[in-house]
Amino acid sequence: MATTERRAILLDFEKPLAELESRILQIRALAEDNDVDVSAQIQQLESRAQQLRQEIFTSLTPAQRIQVARHPRRPSTLDYIQAISDEWIELHGDRRSGKDDLALVGGIARFHGHSVVMLGHQKGRDTKDNVARNFGMASPGGYRKAMRLMEHANRFKMPIFTFIDTPGAWAGLEAEEMGQGEAIAHNLREMFRLDSPIICTVIGEGGSGGALGIGVGDRLIMFEHSVYTVASPEACAAILWKDASRASQAAEALKITAWDLKNLGILDYLLPEPTGGAHANPIQAAEGLESALLENLEMLLAMSPEQRKQERYRKFRQIGVFSEVA
Amino acid sequence: MSLFDWFANRKKESPISQDRQEREIADGLWTKCSECGVLTYTKDLRANQMVCPECDHHYRVFSDERISQLVDADTWQPLNEQLAPKDPLRFRDRKAYSDRLRDMQHKTNLKDGVQTGIGQIHGEGIALGVMDFRFMGGSMGSVVGEKITRLIEHATAAQLPVVIVCASGGARMQEGMLSLMQMAKISAALERHRDSRLLYMPILSHPTTGGVTASFAMLGDIILAEPDATIGFAGRRVVEQTLREKLPDDFQTAEYLLKHGFIDKIVPRTQLKDTVVQLIRLHQIPTQSPSLNHVSLESAANGQSVQIKPVI
Ligand SMILES: [Zn+2]
Repeated sequence: MATTERRAILLDFEKPLAELESRILQIRALAEDNDVDVSAQIQQLESRAQQLRQEIFTSLTPAQRIQVARHPRRPSTLDYIQAISDEWIELHGDRRSGKDDLALVGGIARFHGHSVVMLGHQKGRDTKDNVARNFGMASPGGYRKAMRLMEHANRFKMPIFTFIDTPGAWAGLEAEEMGQGEAIAHNLREMFRLDSPIICTVIGEGGSGGALGIGVGDRLIMFEHSVYTVASPEACAAILWKDASRASQAAEALKITAWDLKNLGILDYLLPEPTGGAHANPIQAAEGLESALLENLEMLLAMSPEQRKQERYRKFRQIGVFSEVA
Repeated sequence: MSLFDWFANRKKESPISQDRQEREIADGLWTKCSECGVLTYTKDLRANQMVCPECDHHYRVFSDERISQLVDADTWQPLNEQLAPKDPLRFRDRKAYSDRLRDMQHKTNLKDGVQTGIGQIHGEGIALGVMDFRFMGGSMGSVVGEKITRLIEHATAAQLPVVIVCASGGARMQEGMLSLMQMAKISAALERHRDSRLLYMPILSHPTTGGVTASFAMLGDIILAEPDATIGFAGRRVVEQTLREKLPDDFQTAEYLLKHGFIDKIVPRTQLKDTVVQLIRLHQIPTQSPSLNHVSLESAANGQSVQIKPVI
């Protein structure tokens, strides 16, 4: 049962690794049955598996990285919040739309002694949960809930951590009627006004305006295998190549990896993942996140709110590439 | 009214031949309305700001024409005209981005998709940005973001209201994440402009969608739109895919947004300049000397006695 489930979420480029691992298991079983010592052989195979995993995960193509970023077992916002904080109370609702958007969660946590407002996109842990959470695609009410919680943080002088993990903002009829554009736009402007330190982390998928809607801060952290895109490679391929099957080519061209964003002057902090991706070792991934957040938070708390806002402005102000010849 | 009727009224003595009619349409002397099919003498159409005199259809207008429609003659001073796009991603889809840029620049005589500057509108100073849909669908890349940001920063320093005529399909994918981040950059500049208690009014023209809608188009103190303009965040086809039923006919039109409370007013193009200046003047602090009545109230407030003669 467990093996079929595992196979179902195996990524295609992990197959050689999975084959090697199943061979190790076979040899083990065979040896046990026949009472032979194969420990030297096993050790050799295991170190090969380790090497293979390393090789695979250090040379992922952008399209493969998207698969890792979208992995159903990849730790979610609530997984990380619970792992890194000592206390956590989730809060609900935007106080306007008449419903609580489960695709965007938030609340107050205790983090190394600090009260911190934490919020982020929330994908589901299984199919049923995913439907309830709309696959992490937030509605205007989600962005307005996020803003309400950030205003709260600002009033009570709490830092803000946001966690980005969405294919994009929800594109339904109701979302348009409720003003998806306005909801995101409002957050973009107001996040520049807040005195609170703001640290944004892309933990999985950073999908376009839906990601940016909680993505304006003093620091942008990205997990090694997460991606941040202006448009989904599928949509981009359909529009620019008139051929949705060119998605992997579009993923390459769009420059969506953490290294790309570092080169473009957008990313501040690249966070390494355990070999095999965050889902292979969620606890280690959470520890990495916790220390990155703490390190950045301490730097930000050493600045005055005015200084932080100046720097935040400057950070975004310098983004763009153009020529200027009279 | 057909072309012949129109000519019959104007030049009864010399009706033109079929030949000549077709030649003159091809020469651009006449323009055929895509909505009602009526031909209008192009000069008259321009005089009517490219609004069909027959059915009020608003033709697309581009940045030069829009500027001359809104700004008082001889007051336009362009800003940052020297900014030009680069190809930071070396992006290539079916065509290289750098080639696309060169072709667009050649075709439009613009360096990129927005013109910005300062000028007067019925004598009032404004900072104006006009997006140009011809240039890669008015998409927002680094140059569009930088020029609009500089315009807003200039307006904040010079204490000017900002008006931006929006026309855009959204972010320019060929510049990747750099283009997405322009949304935040412009919003940051608007936050400072707003903090200085200055007025910002976007004018949403057809079409205003995607990343522009999710940033400066929706951040106006007052938001105006042209009749029947398409305004929305997600593309219509994308929204359709999420639904089983059909979308309402007026979905994502200016009228639909007005109904849902996301824009303040739909203004026909022929009244746009007057409406913009009226709103700007309504936001100005009166500077004329206080009235007599005002003075007497003030002295009363200062504790001085005010003599009021009884009415006999
Ligand atoms: Zn017409």
